[in-house]
Amino acid sequence: MIENGRLDLDQAWDLYSNADFHTLGTMAHEVRLKKHSQPLVTYIVDRNINYSNVCVCGCRFCAFFRPPGHSESFVLNRAELSEKIEETLRLGGTQILLQGGHHPGLPLSFYEEMLSFIKSRYSIHMHAFSPPEIVFFSRLEGIGIAEVISRLRVAGLDSIPGGGAEILVDSVRARVSPRKCSTSEWLSVMEEAHAQGLRTTATMMFGHEEAPRDRLVHLFALRDLQDRTGGFTAFIPWAFQPQNTAIPRETEGAVSYLRLLAISRLVLDNFDNIQASWVTMGPKIAQLALFFGANDFGSTMIEENVVAAAGVRFRLSIEEICRIIQSAGFEPRRRNMAYELI
Amino acid sequence: MLEARYFKRLGLEEIANKVAQGQRLSISDGERLFACPDMNAVGSLAHHVRTRLHGNIAYYVVNRHINYTNICVNGCRFCAFSRKKGDPLSFELSEDEILDKIRANGDGLTEIHVVGGCHPDLPLSFFEDLLRKIREIKADACIKAFTAVEIAHFAKKEGKSVKEVLERLKSAGLQMLPGGGAEVFSSRIRERLCPEKLDANGWLDVMRQAHESGIKTNATMLYGHIETVRERLEHMAALRELQDRTGGFVCFIPLTFQPANTALGHLAPSTGVDDLKTIAVSRLMLDNIAHIKAYWVMLSVKLAQAALYFGADDFDGTVIEEKIGHMAGAESQQGMTRREIEGIIRDAGLDPVERDSLFTRLTTRPQVANSCEGPRSILRRDDGRV
Repeated sequence: MIENGRLDLDQAWDLYSNADFHTLGTMAHEVRLKKHSQPLVTYIVDRNINYSNVCVCGCRFCAFFRPPGHSESFVLNRAELSEKIEETLRLGGTQILLQGGHHPGLPLSFYEEMLSFIKSRYSIHMHAFSPPEIVFFSRLEGIGIAEVISRLRVAGLDSIPGGGAEILVDSVRARVSPRKCSTSEWLSVMEEAHAQGLRTTATMMFGHEEAPRDRLVHLFALRDLQDRTGGFTAFIPWAFQPQNTAIPRETEGAVSYLRLLAISRLVLDNFDNIQASWVTMGPKIAQLALFFGANDFGSTMIEENVVAAAGVRFRLSIEEICRIIQSAGFEPRRRNMAYELI
Repeated sequence: MLEARYFKRLGLEEIANKVAQGQRLSISDGERLFACPDMNAVGSLAHHVRTRLHGNIAYYVVNRHINYTNICVNGCRFCAFSRKKGDPLSFELSEDEILDKIRANGDGLTEIHVVGGCHPDLPLSFFEDLLRKIREIKADACIKAFTAVEIAHFAKKEGKSVKEVLERLKSAGLQMLPGGGAEVFSSRIRERLCPEKLDANGWLDVMRQAHESGIKTNATMLYGHIETVRERLEHMAALRELQDRTGGFVCFIPLTFQPANTALGHLAPSTGVDDLKTIAVSRLMLDNIAHIKAYWVMLSVKLAQAALYFGADDFDGTVIEEKIGHMAGAESQQGMTRREIEGIIRDAGLDPVERDSLFTRLTTRPQVANSCEGPRSILRRDDGRV
């Protein structure tokens, strides 16, 4: 099926629904080995900085946000930002993943000044502002998405993280994140970013209120856009963590995570990299994911707040990440956001 | 099972044929499986055997663990639980405390798992009385108690034969022995890690006598410290040999070593790949032991679920309160509910079946309502497919 070209939605659905666990894993692993013939597994040393948890979006799956004026709400000041970035550089980090909420009181100039401030002081890659934030800035300022992206680029934005994709099916978004940007808005931010020369990643958060086939629709939306732009560096699926959220359900298990990872590798034939998520699945399942299509171990995550707010806290040192990769039979290699080895 | 060409490419063709035909694997076959770089190939072979034996079922038990004391005359270097008498962190439950724990969580219990340290003073009569009292308050639960190491300790302390100790405990209500204390049978390892402990022959001999007395037992292996792959396989082969003679082993439980708070704290914990490979190879080597356990307390719930596709058919149970693994840094929760366990098994696309200690299926229980309806409800078809 794979050898004869691309999977279509029905074929992918058939595989996802019917292929036995090890066959699906093996097919994905073969594709992964074909794309990356060296037995390498990459990782990046970076830090998540959440500049604020203030958000008017109110997504039901989110345990991190606080409404404006809440006693636990925060916006980081420059001293706090600097301290976090300096610590990252001290630990050998090369990138900051900077994200926040939909803060109603902060103009676009706030973010431009934040980026300029960081870039003027530190030599570090800024992977910042997921598409929903960019759409929110555009609405707040009454300007187009292209202008928002281009102003942020001028201020120092290097690439855009693929967050906020959740499930790229509007009927699902209407239930779980009704005030967040739509599927077409998310995709058009990415298309515009790619057009302006910014690379981005893409994510999926699954295991909440979507139907299983919605997950595949999501993958095909990404594949179509990637055919046009080639701007995505990697795909990162992760499982919804229900604790402290407004969606009560059991956490997605390891088996269904691995099946989804494998079908992602098979559908996204135009993506070079698939990332395992140790932050949500734990190091042992993330290691197993290296046999189900993943070729990247993600980030060392010197700091992570969003998943931690949903009660899941795994911690891994660089040494431990390397040991895990090596004991799975691969060679660990550090990379940058563009997946170039460094 | 994967298509033959995958096994051929990995040089596992001969082993795959043996597995397909139900032939016994050698220790060198086991070494080749451990050395295989492809997790899906090894997993697929083990899953084939597990499915041939148990179909789409994954078992669990409603049980309670009781660790009656951590005072122990042995000083095993891999243990974070044991304390010497007089140590401020030592504890010793009274008979009433033990019975209160059983009364507090008695509803629906079908198994009471009792193990502790080799206490220097407690007489055999204490345990006989205890088993009788447990039997009085919980007549319908299986008492699975005392590792082979504890049994040998009782015999030595009382100056009685192992046979007599087993018979006395059996008449007091003992129905089954858990499989602990086997560690790794290699004398090289035992001399270095647990020189005071009952040796391999002693362990196997207690089990043989238990089996001959009509007491079924489990068997374990503590791996992931300083043993070699070959020593793991020799351990499995020794169990397989005894099982050929007695047929008394019910379930094999590979236990991943947890280094925290032990004298081996400098060792790195095992990784997921090693855990799953060990489970898979156990399933393939132990062709005469019916069940392989994915013990979630040690593995974590997520890895234990994945293990159900790498040869394991049992998820263990509700446990309620566990001290030995957790004192060594196990990060799992203390206990699980029936609902949680059934949800995890269904989420893996398998059918949960409650069992008793001997793996008799319990069908009179009302089924726990499905806890993962919605998106994942497709994950529930035959032979592990979504």
